[in-house]
Amino acid sequence: MKLDDLINNTGEWLKGIGTYSNIVMSSRIRLARNLSKRAFPNKASKKELGDVLQLVDEAIQKADYFNNALFIRIHEIDNVDKQFLIERHLMSHEHATNPEGKALVVSPEEILSVMINEEDHLRLQVMRSGLNLHESWKIMNGIDDVLSQHLDYAYSINWGYLTACPTNTGTAMRGSVMLHLPALVMTKQINKVLAAIAKLSFASRGFYGEGTQASGNFYQISNQVAMGHSEEDVLQNINGLIRQIIDQEEQARQALLVQNRSMLEDKIFRSFGVLRSAHIISSQETVELLSMVRLGIDLEIVKDVDRKAINELFIMIQPAHLQKLEGKKLTASERDAKRASLIRKNLGGS
Amino acid sequence: MTEIVDEQISEMHLCEECAREKSVHMEQQFGLADLLAGLTDFGKQVKETEKVNLKCTSCSMTYDDFRKFGRLGCSECYSSFRSHLSTLLKKIHGSNHHLGKAPMRVPQGQKQIIENLHDLKIRLMKAIEMEDFEEAARLRDKIHEIEKDESNETG
Repeated sequence: MKLDDLINNTGEWLKGIGTYSNIVMSSRIRLARNLSKRAFPNKASKKELGDVLQLVDEAIQKADYFNNALFIRIHEIDNVDKQFLIERHLMSHEHATNPEGKALVVSPEEILSVMINEEDHLRLQVMRSGLNLHESWKIMNGIDDVLSQHLDYAYSINWGYLTACPTNTGTAMRGSVMLHLPALVMTKQINKVLAAIAKLSFASRGFYGEGTQASGNFYQISNQVAMGHSEEDVLQNINGLIRQIIDQEEQARQALLVQNRSMLEDKIFRSFGVLRSAHIISSQETVELLSMVRLGIDLEIVKDVDRKAINELFIMIQPAHLQKLEGKKLTASERDAKRASLIRKNLGGS
Repeated sequence: MTEIVDEQISEMHLCEECAREKSVHMEQQFGLADLLAGLTDFGKQVKETEKVNLKCTSCSMTYDDFRKFGRLGCSECYSSFRSHLSTLLKKIHGSNHHLGKAPMRVPQGQKQIIENLHDLKIRLMKAIEMEDFEEAARLRDKIHEIEKDESNETG
Protein backbone atom coordinates (compact mmCIF):
# COMPACT_ATOMS: atom_id res chain seq x y z
CA MET A 1 0.00 0.00 0.00
CA LYS A 2 1.23 3.52 -0.83
CA LEU A 3 0.26 6.86 0.72
CA ASP A 4 -1.26 8.07 -2.54
CA ASP A 5 -3.61 5.05 -2.57
CA LEU A 6 -5.43 6.42 0.48
CA ILE A 7 -7.10 9.22 -1.48
CA ASN A 8 -9.11 6.73 -3.58
CA ASN A 9 -10.89 5.45 -0.49
CA THR A 10 -11.99 6.64 2.91
CA GLY A 11 -11.60 4.93 6.28
CA GLU A 12 -14.01 2.31 7.58
CA TRP A 13 -15.12 4.77 10.27
CA LEU A 14 -16.87 6.97 7.69
CA LYS A 15 -19.10 4.22 6.33
CA GLY A 16 -22.06 5.29 8.44
CA ILE A 17 -22.72 1.72 9.61
CA GLY A 18 -22.91 0.10 13.04
CA THR A 19 -25.04 0.84 16.08
CA TYR A 20 -26.63 4.30 16.35
CA SER A 21 -24.80 5.44 13.22
CA ASN A 22 -27.49 8.09 12.74
CA ILE A 23 -26.05 9.97 15.72
CA VAL A 24 -22.68 8.33 16.31
CA MET A 25 -20.14 8.97 13.58
CA SER A 26 -17.34 6.85 15.01
CA SER A 27 -15.75 5.24 18.06
CA ARG A 28 -12.06 5.46 18.74
CA ILE A 29 -9.69 3.92 21.27
CA ARG A 30 -6.19 5.20 21.79
CA LEU A 31 -3.42 3.59 23.84
CA ALA A 32 -0.10 5.17 24.78
CA ARG A 33 2.89 2.88 25.30
CA ASN A 34 6.56 3.51 26.01
CA LEU A 35 9.66 1.37 26.02
CA SER A 36 11.24 0.82 29.38
CA LYS A 37 14.32 2.82 30.40
CA ARG A 38 14.53 4.80 27.15
CA ALA A 39 14.15 8.57 26.96
CA PHE A 40 10.64 9.66 25.96
CA PRO A 41 10.56 11.32 22.51
CA ASN A 42 10.66 14.90 23.85
CA LYS A 43 13.91 14.13 25.69
CA ALA A 44 15.45 11.66 23.22
CA SER A 45 18.41 12.31 20.91
CA LYS A 46 18.16 11.66 17.19
CA LYS A 47 19.95 8.35 17.66
CA GLU A 48 17.67 7.30 20.52
CA LEU A 49 14.62 8.08 18.41
CA GLY A 50 16.09 5.99 15.60
CA ASP A 51 16.70 3.06 17.96
CA VAL A 52 13.10 3.14 19.22
CA LEU A 53 11.79 3.42 15.68
CA GLN A 54 13.75 0.32 14.66
CA LEU A 55 12.62 -1.74 17.68
CA VAL A 56 8.97 -0.82 17.14
CA ASP A 57 9.24 -1.46 13.41
CA GLU A 58 10.64 -4.96 14.07
CA ALA A 59 7.84 -5.74 16.54
CA ILE A 60 5.22 -4.54 14.07
CA GLN A 61 6.64 -6.74 11.31
CA LYS A 62 6.02 -9.76 13.55
CA ALA A 63 2.35 -8.95 14.15
CA ASP A 64 -0.26 -10.22 11.68
CA TYR A 65 -2.45 -7.19 12.28
CA PHE A 66 -0.05 -5.10 10.26
CA ASN A 67 -0.01 -7.18 7.07
CA ASN A 68 -0.09 -4.85 4.05
CA ALA A 69 0.14 -1.82 6.33
CA LEU A 70 1.50 1.49 5.17
CA PHE A 71 4.72 2.58 6.89
CA ILE A 72 5.47 6.30 6.55
CA ARG A 73 8.54 8.13 7.81
CA ILE A 74 7.25 11.62 8.53
CA HIS A 75 10.41 13.49 7.51
CA GLU A 76 10.21 11.93 4.03
CA ILE A 77 6.79 13.40 3.11
CA ASP A 78 5.84 16.96 2.14
CA ASN A 79 3.55 19.35 4.02
CA VAL A 80 0.46 18.57 1.95
CA ASP A 81 0.85 14.86 2.74
CA LYS A 82 1.31 15.62 6.43
CA GLN A 83 -1.81 17.76 6.46
CA PHE A 84 -3.63 15.05 4.48
CA LEU A 85 -2.88 12.45 7.20
CA ILE A 86 -3.99 14.85 9.93
CA GLU A 87 -7.24 15.57 8.09
CA ARG A 88 -7.92 11.83 7.91
CA HIS A 89 -7.55 11.59 11.71
CA LEU A 90 -4.60 9.24 11.29
CA MET A 91 -2.14 11.44 13.12
CA SER A 92 -1.89 14.58 15.25
CA HIS A 93 -0.55 18.07 14.54
CA GLU A 94 2.14 17.40 17.11
CA HIS A 95 3.33 14.42 15.06
CA ALA A 96 3.77 16.60 11.97
CA THR A 97 6.01 19.13 13.74
CA ASN A 98 9.66 18.16 14.23
CA PRO A 99 9.22 15.14 11.95
CA GLU A 100 12.72 13.74 12.49
CA GLY A 101 12.65 10.20 13.91
CA LYS A 102 8.86 9.92 13.70
CA ALA A 103 6.78 7.42 11.74
CA LEU A 104 3.17 6.44 11.12
CA VAL A 105 1.78 2.98 10.43
CA VAL A 106 -1.67 2.64 8.86
CA SER A 107 -3.57 -0.61 8.37
CA PRO A 108 -5.80 -1.26 5.35
CA GLU A 109 -9.24 0.36 5.77
CA GLU A 110 -7.56 2.70 8.27
CA ILE A 111 -9.02 0.86 11.25
CA LEU A 112 -5.66 0.78 13.00
CA SER A 113 -2.89 3.35 13.06
CA VAL A 114 0.25 3.78 15.13
CA MET A 115 2.19 6.99 15.66
CA ILE A 116 5.78 6.20 16.58
CA ASN A 117 7.70 8.78 18.64
CA GLU A 118 4.91 11.29 19.07
CA GLU A 119 4.55 12.35 22.72
CA ASP A 120 5.03 8.69 23.70
CA HIS A 121 7.01 6.00 21.88
CA LEU A 122 3.79 4.42 20.64
CA ARG A 123 0.34 5.85 20.19
CA LEU A 124 -2.00 3.15 18.93
CA GLN A 125 -5.41 4.04 17.55
CA VAL A 126 -8.36 1.87 16.56
CA MET A 127 -11.29 3.63 14.89
CA ARG A 128 -14.63 2.12 13.88
CA SER A 129 -17.89 3.33 12.45
CA GLY A 130 -20.88 3.77 14.81
CA LEU A 131 -21.00 3.13 18.56
CA ASN A 132 -18.51 0.31 18.70
CA LEU A 133 -16.20 0.70 21.70
CA HIS A 134 -16.46 -2.93 22.76
CA GLU A 135 -15.35 -4.29 19.40
CA SER A 136 -12.68 -1.60 19.08
CA TRP A 137 -11.26 -2.56 22.45
CA LYS A 138 -11.11 -6.24 21.46
CA ILE A 139 -8.99 -5.33 18.44
CA MET A 140 -6.83 -2.92 20.40
CA ASN A 141 -6.28 -5.29 23.30
CA GLY A 142 -5.19 -8.05 20.93
CA ILE A 143 -2.69 -5.82 19.13
CA ASP A 144 -1.34 -4.50 22.39
CA ASP A 145 -0.83 -8.05 23.73
CA VAL A 146 1.06 -9.10 20.62
CA LEU A 147 3.31 -6.02 20.64
CA SER A 148 4.00 -6.46 24.36
CA GLN A 149 5.51 -9.88 23.63
CA HIS A 150 8.15 -8.26 21.46
CA LEU A 151 8.73 -4.94 23.26
CA ASP A 152 9.71 -4.12 26.85
CA TYR A 153 6.97 -1.74 27.88
CA ALA A 154 7.50 0.82 30.64
CA TYR A 155 5.13 -0.53 33.28
CA SER A 156 4.81 -0.29 37.04
CA ILE A 157 2.73 -2.62 39.19
CA ASN A 158 1.29 0.30 41.16
CA TRP A 159 0.89 2.84 38.40
CA GLY A 160 0.38 0.84 35.23
CA TYR A 161 1.71 2.08 31.91
CA LEU A 162 4.16 4.96 32.32
CA THR A 163 3.66 7.84 29.91
CA ALA A 164 5.32 11.19 29.18
CA CYS A 165 2.31 13.05 30.55
CA PRO A 166 0.94 11.96 33.95
CA THR A 167 -2.63 12.58 32.78
CA ASN A 168 -2.27 9.36 30.75
CA THR A 169 -0.46 7.23 33.34
CA GLY A 170 -2.31 4.05 34.31
CA THR A 171 -4.31 2.41 31.56
CA ALA A 172 -2.94 5.09 29.18
CA MET A 173 -6.21 4.53 27.34
CA ARG A 174 -8.57 7.11 25.93
CA GLY A 175 -11.88 6.02 24.50
CA SER A 176 -13.77 8.58 22.48
CA VAL A 177 -17.00 8.77 20.57
CA MET A 178 -17.82 11.30 17.86
CA LEU A 179 -21.44 12.43 18.06
CA HIS A 180 -23.52 14.47 15.65
CA LEU A 181 -25.91 16.54 17.78
CA PRO A 182 -27.66 19.09 15.55
CA ALA A 183 -31.01 18.93 17.35
CA LEU A 184 -29.48 19.57 20.78
CA VAL A 185 -27.70 22.58 19.27
CA MET A 186 -30.83 23.90 17.52
CA THR A 187 -32.96 23.52 20.64
CA LYS A 188 -30.19 25.27 22.64
CA GLN A 189 -29.75 22.37 25.06
CA ILE A 190 -26.18 21.56 24.07
CA ASN A 191 -24.45 23.66 26.74
CA LYS A 192 -26.43 21.94 29.46
CA VAL A 193 -25.34 18.58 28.07
CA LEU A 194 -21.69 19.65 27.78
CA ALA A 195 -21.72 20.97 31.34
CA ALA A 196 -23.04 17.64 32.58
CA ILE A 197 -20.32 15.82 30.64
CA ALA A 198 -17.61 17.99 32.19
CA LYS A 199 -19.02 17.40 35.66
CA LEU A 200 -18.66 13.66 35.13
CA SER A 201 -14.96 14.12 34.27
CA PHE A 202 -15.33 13.50 30.58
CA ALA A 203 -13.86 15.82 27.94
CA SER A 204 -15.58 17.15 24.84
CA ARG A 205 -13.85 18.48 21.74
CA GLY A 206 -14.64 19.34 18.12
CA PHE A 207 -14.58 17.20 14.98
CA TYR A 208 -11.21 18.41 13.82
CA GLY A 209 -9.28 17.40 16.92
CA GLU A 210 -7.68 18.76 20.02
CA GLY A 211 -8.17 22.45 20.66
CA THR A 212 -10.77 22.88 17.92
CA GLN A 213 -14.22 24.33 18.37
CA ALA A 214 -17.16 22.13 17.60
CA SER A 215 -18.15 22.58 13.99
CA GLY A 216 -20.83 20.90 11.96
CA ASN A 217 -22.51 20.08 15.29
CA PHE A 218 -19.97 17.33 15.98
CA TYR A 219 -18.76 16.65 19.49
CA GLN A 220 -16.11 14.18 20.52
CA ILE A 221 -16.58 12.83 24.03
CA SER A 222 -13.75 11.02 25.81
CA ASN A 223 -12.65 9.86 29.25
CA GLN A 224 -10.11 11.90 31.23
CA VAL A 225 -9.24 9.49 34.00
CA ALA A 226 -6.77 6.65 33.48
CA MET A 227 -6.31 5.22 36.98
CA GLY A 228 -8.50 3.47 39.51
CA HIS A 229 -10.63 1.77 36.85
CA SER A 230 -10.03 -1.08 34.42
CA GLU A 231 -10.15 -0.41 30.68
CA GLU A 232 -13.45 -2.27 30.37
CA ASP A 233 -15.03 -0.24 33.19
CA VAL A 234 -13.95 3.06 31.64
CA LEU A 235 -15.37 2.06 28.26
CA GLN A 236 -18.60 0.87 29.84
CA ASN A 237 -18.93 4.24 31.57
CA ILE A 238 -18.42 6.11 28.32
CA ASN A 239 -20.91 3.83 26.64
CA GLY A 240 -23.52 4.54 29.32
CA LEU A 241 -23.00 8.28 29.04
CA ILE A 242 -23.16 8.19 25.24
CA ARG A 243 -26.42 6.22 25.34
CA GLN A 244 -27.95 8.97 27.47
CA ILE A 245 -26.78 11.71 25.11
CA ILE A 246 -28.18 9.74 22.17
CA ASP A 247 -31.57 9.57 23.94
CA GLN A 248 -31.51 13.34 24.49
CA GLU A 249 -30.65 14.00 20.85
CA GLU A 250 -33.42 11.63 19.69
CA GLN A 251 -35.94 13.45 21.87
CA ALA A 252 -34.80 16.85 20.61
CA ARG A 253 -35.13 15.61 17.01
CA GLN A 254 -38.66 14.39 17.66
CA ALA A 255 -39.57 17.70 19.32
CA LEU A 256 -38.29 19.61 16.29
CA LEU A 257 -40.30 17.38 13.97
CA VAL A 258 -43.48 17.83 15.94
CA GLN A 259 -43.19 21.55 16.68
CA ASN A 260 -41.27 22.94 13.71
CA ARG A 261 -41.46 20.43 10.90
CA SER A 262 -41.86 22.86 8.02
CA MET A 263 -39.08 25.16 9.23
CA LEU A 264 -36.80 22.16 9.73
CA GLU A 265 -37.56 20.81 6.26
CA ASP A 266 -36.94 24.23 4.79
CA LYS A 267 -33.55 24.53 6.49
CA ILE A 268 -32.53 21.06 5.36
CA PHE A 269 -33.63 21.47 1.73
CA ARG A 270 -32.06 24.93 1.46
CA SER A 271 -28.78 23.45 2.74
CA PHE A 272 -29.02 20.62 0.23
CA GLY A 273 -29.83 23.11 -2.51
CA VAL A 274 -26.81 25.31 -1.81
CA LEU A 275 -24.48 22.33 -1.67
CA ARG A 276 -25.79 21.02 -5.00
CA SER A 277 -25.53 24.32 -6.81
CA ALA A 278 -22.74 26.44 -5.30
CA HIS A 279 -19.67 27.12 -7.45
CA ILE A 280 -17.58 28.66 -4.69
CA ILE A 281 -17.86 27.51 -1.08
CA SER A 282 -15.73 27.75 2.10
CA SER A 283 -15.08 24.74 4.30
CA GLN A 284 -16.85 26.33 7.26
CA GLU A 285 -20.06 26.90 5.27
CA THR A 286 -19.82 23.40 3.79
CA VAL A 287 -19.55 21.74 7.17
CA GLU A 288 -22.59 23.58 8.54
CA LEU A 289 -24.69 22.68 5.47
CA LEU A 290 -23.53 19.05 5.41
CA SER A 291 -24.61 18.76 9.03
CA MET A 292 -28.15 19.79 8.07
CA VAL A 293 -28.29 17.34 5.17
CA ARG A 294 -26.99 14.55 7.41
CA LEU A 295 -29.85 15.31 9.81
CA GLY A 296 -32.22 15.28 6.82
CA ILE A 297 -31.06 11.76 5.92
CA ASP A 298 -31.51 10.52 9.51
CA LEU A 299 -35.07 11.90 9.59
CA GLU A 300 -35.83 10.50 6.13
CA ILE A 301 -36.48 13.98 4.82
CA VAL A 302 -33.62 13.67 2.31
CA LYS A 303 -33.85 10.39 0.45
CA ASP A 304 -31.71 10.57 -2.69
CA VAL A 305 -28.30 10.56 -1.03
CA ASP A 306 -26.81 8.18 1.55
CA ARG A 307 -25.09 8.88 4.85
CA LYS A 308 -21.74 7.52 3.69
CA ALA A 309 -21.53 10.11 0.90
CA ILE A 310 -22.11 12.91 3.40
CA ASN A 311 -19.70 11.48 5.99
CA GLU A 312 -16.97 11.22 3.39
CA LEU A 313 -17.44 14.81 2.31
CA PHE A 314 -16.66 16.06 5.83
CA ILE A 315 -13.15 14.69 5.24
CA MET A 316 -12.75 15.18 1.48
CA ILE A 317 -13.54 18.92 1.47
CA GLN A 318 -10.51 19.80 3.58
CA PRO A 319 -7.56 21.67 1.98
CA ALA A 320 -4.98 18.88 1.69
CA HIS A 321 -7.58 16.41 0.40
CA LEU A 322 -8.65 18.79 -2.35
CA GLN A 323 -5.02 19.29 -3.35
CA LYS A 324 -4.34 15.54 -3.39
CA LEU A 325 -7.42 15.03 -5.57
CA GLU A 326 -6.30 17.76 -7.96
CA GLY A 327 -2.72 16.49 -7.91
CA LYS A 328 -1.25 19.96 -7.34
CA LYS A 329 -1.10 22.88 -4.92
CA LEU A 330 -4.19 25.12 -4.89
CA THR A 331 -4.65 28.65 -3.55
CA ALA A 332 -7.45 29.31 -1.06
CA SER A 333 -9.79 30.63 -3.76
CA GLU A 334 -8.96 27.74 -6.09
CA ARG A 335 -9.80 25.38 -3.25
CA ASP A 336 -13.20 27.01 -2.71
CA ALA A 337 -14.02 26.34 -6.38
CA LYS A 338 -12.62 22.80 -6.33
CA ARG A 339 -14.58 22.09 -3.11
CA ALA A 340 -17.83 23.26 -4.69
CA SER A 341 -17.31 21.14 -7.80
CA LEU A 342 -16.46 18.03 -5.76
CA ILE A 343 -19.63 18.45 -3.68
CA ARG A 344 -21.80 18.97 -6.77
CA LYS A 345 -20.34 15.84 -8.32
CA ASN A 346 -20.81 13.69 -5.19
CA LEU A 347 -24.32 14.93 -4.42
CA GLY A 348 -25.64 14.79 -7.97
CA GLY A 349 -25.90 18.55 -8.40
CA SER A 350 -25.99 20.61 -11.57
CA MET B 1 -15.85 37.21 37.63
CA THR B 2 -12.66 38.24 39.42
CA GLU B 3 -9.45 38.80 37.53
CA ILE B 4 -6.02 39.33 39.07
CA VAL B 5 -3.50 41.20 36.89
CA ASP B 6 -0.16 42.20 38.45
CA GLU B 7 -1.67 41.93 41.90
CA GLN B 8 -4.49 44.24 40.87
CA ILE B 9 -7.76 42.59 41.59
CA SER B 10 -10.55 43.69 39.32
CA GLU B 11 -14.06 42.43 39.20
CA MET B 12 -15.88 42.22 35.91
CA HIS B 13 -19.54 41.81 35.35
CA LEU B 14 -20.13 40.03 32.10
CA CYS B 15 -23.18 38.88 30.27
CA GLU B 16 -23.35 35.16 29.64
CA GLU B 17 -22.03 35.40 26.11
CA CYS B 18 -19.02 37.57 26.96
CA ALA B 19 -18.25 35.31 29.89
CA ARG B 20 -18.18 32.33 27.59
CA GLU B 21 -15.84 34.11 25.19
CA LYS B 22 -13.64 35.21 28.02
CA SER B 23 -13.41 31.70 29.41
CA VAL B 24 -12.40 30.26 26.03
CA HIS B 25 -9.64 32.84 25.88
CA MET B 26 -8.50 31.92 29.36
CA GLU B 27 -8.42 28.23 28.58
CA GLN B 28 -6.06 28.98 25.71
CA GLN B 29 -3.75 30.88 28.02
CA PHE B 30 -3.69 28.21 30.65
CA GLY B 31 -2.05 25.28 28.93
CA LEU B 32 -1.79 21.80 30.33
CA ALA B 33 1.70 22.51 31.67
CA ASP B 34 0.35 25.37 33.78
CA LEU B 35 -2.48 23.24 34.99
CA LEU B 36 -0.08 20.50 36.04
CA ALA B 37 2.27 23.00 37.60
CA GLY B 38 -0.68 24.37 39.53
CA LEU B 39 -1.62 20.91 40.69
CA THR B 40 1.88 20.03 41.84
CA ASP B 41 2.11 23.27 43.80
CA PHE B 42 -1.22 22.64 45.33
CA GLY B 43 -0.99 20.48 48.44
CA LYS B 44 2.70 20.15 48.93
CA GLN B 45 5.03 23.01 49.81
CA VAL B 46 8.28 22.27 47.98
CA LYS B 47 11.29 23.66 49.81
CA GLU B 48 13.87 25.64 47.78
CA THR B 49 16.62 23.13 48.52
CA GLU B 50 14.45 20.13 47.73
CA LYS B 51 13.58 21.61 44.33
CA VAL B 52 17.15 21.61 43.06
CA ASN B 53 18.00 18.15 44.32
CA LEU B 54 15.27 16.30 42.50
CA LYS B 55 16.78 15.00 39.31
CA CYS B 56 16.08 11.81 37.39
CA THR B 57 18.99 9.41 37.75
CA SER B 58 18.50 8.07 34.23
CA CYS B 59 17.63 10.99 31.90
CA SER B 60 18.76 13.82 34.23
CA MET B 61 15.46 15.68 33.92
CA THR B 62 14.81 17.83 36.98
CA TYR B 63 11.47 18.02 38.75
CA ASP B 64 11.46 21.76 38.03
CA ASP B 65 11.74 21.03 34.29
CA PHE B 66 8.82 18.69 34.58
CA ARG B 67 6.77 21.36 36.31
CA LYS B 68 7.61 23.80 33.57
CA PHE B 69 6.86 21.57 30.57
CA GLY B 70 4.38 19.09 32.01
CA ARG B 71 6.17 16.14 30.44
CA LEU B 72 8.43 13.55 32.05
CA GLY B 73 11.72 12.53 30.44
CA CYS B 74 11.71 8.73 30.72
CA SER B 75 10.11 5.85 32.61
CA GLU B 76 12.73 6.15 35.38
CA CYS B 77 11.47 9.66 36.22
CA TYR B 78 8.57 7.85 37.89
CA SER B 79 11.01 6.31 40.39
CA SER B 80 13.09 9.46 40.80
CA PHE B 81 10.06 11.67 41.57
CA ARG B 82 8.05 8.89 43.23
CA SER B 83 6.54 10.68 46.21
CA HIS B 84 5.69 13.88 44.31
CA LEU B 85 4.15 11.97 41.44
CA SER B 86 2.14 9.79 43.76
CA THR B 87 0.36 12.87 45.09
CA LEU B 88 0.00 14.38 41.63
CA LEU B 89 -1.46 11.20 40.08
CA LYS B 90 -4.02 11.00 42.85
CA LYS B 91 -5.05 14.60 42.16
CA ILE B 92 -5.36 14.04 38.43
CA HIS B 93 -7.11 10.69 38.42
CA GLY B 94 -8.75 10.57 41.84
CA SER B 95 -6.75 7.41 42.48
CA ASN B 96 -3.13 6.32 42.23
CA HIS B 97 -3.79 2.62 41.77
CA HIS B 98 -3.66 1.04 38.35
CA LEU B 99 -6.57 -1.38 37.88
CA GLY B 100 -6.11 -2.13 34.21
CA LYS B 101 -4.23 -4.69 32.18
CA ALA B 102 -0.56 -5.67 32.26
CA PRO B 103 1.88 -6.41 29.42
CA MET B 104 2.39 -10.04 28.35
CA ARG B 105 6.12 -9.81 28.92
CA VAL B 106 7.05 -8.91 32.51
CA PRO B 107 10.04 -10.19 34.51
CA GLN B 108 9.71 -13.70 36.01
CA GLY B 109 7.88 -13.65 39.34
CA GLN B 110 6.25 -10.28 38.70
CA LYS B 111 3.39 -11.81 36.75
CA GLN B 112 2.16 -13.58 39.90
CA ILE B 113 2.41 -10.39 41.94
CA ILE B 114 0.52 -8.39 39.31
CA GLU B 115 -2.30 -10.92 39.16
CA ASN B 116 -2.48 -11.20 42.94
CA LEU B 117 -2.58 -7.43 43.37
CA HIS B 118 -5.18 -7.01 40.65
CA ASP B 119 -7.36 -9.62 42.32
CA LEU B 120 -7.04 -7.90 45.72
CA LYS B 121 -7.96 -4.50 44.25
CA ILE B 122 -11.07 -5.89 42.60
CA ARG B 123 -12.08 -7.54 45.89
CA LEU B 124 -11.47 -4.23 47.70
CA MET B 125 -13.79 -2.37 45.32
CA LYS B 126 -16.46 -5.02 45.82
CA ALA B 127 -16.06 -4.89 49.62
CA ILE B 128 -16.51 -1.11 49.56
CA GLU B 129 -19.55 -1.47 47.36
CA MET B 130 -21.05 -4.01 49.78
CA GLU B 131 -20.13 -1.72 52.69
CA ASP B 132 -18.12 -4.52 54.28
CA PHE B 133 -15.61 -2.11 55.78
CA GLU B 134 -13.84 -4.63 57.98
CA GLU B 135 -12.95 -6.72 54.96
CA ALA B 136 -12.09 -3.57 52.99
CA ALA B 137 -9.62 -2.42 55.63
CA ARG B 138 -7.99 -5.84 55.71
CA LEU B 139 -7.64 -5.89 51.92
CA ARG B 140 -6.34 -2.32 51.84
CA ASP B 141 -3.55 -3.16 54.31
CA LYS B 142 -2.62 -6.20 52.29
CA ILE B 143 -2.44 -4.15 49.07
CA HIS B 144 -0.29 -1.51 50.76
CA GLU B 145 2.06 -4.19 52.02
CA ILE B 146 2.61 -5.67 48.58
CA GLU B 147 2.95 -2.27 46.91
CA LYS B 148 5.46 -1.13 49.50
CA ASP B 149 7.61 -4.19 48.83
CA GLU B 150 7.46 -3.47 45.13
CA SER B 151 8.36 0.22 45.50
CA ASN B 152 11.40 -0.72 47.58
CA GLU B 153 12.56 -3.08 44.89
CA THR B 154 11.91 -0.94 41.84
CA GLY B 155 12.27 2.54 43.31
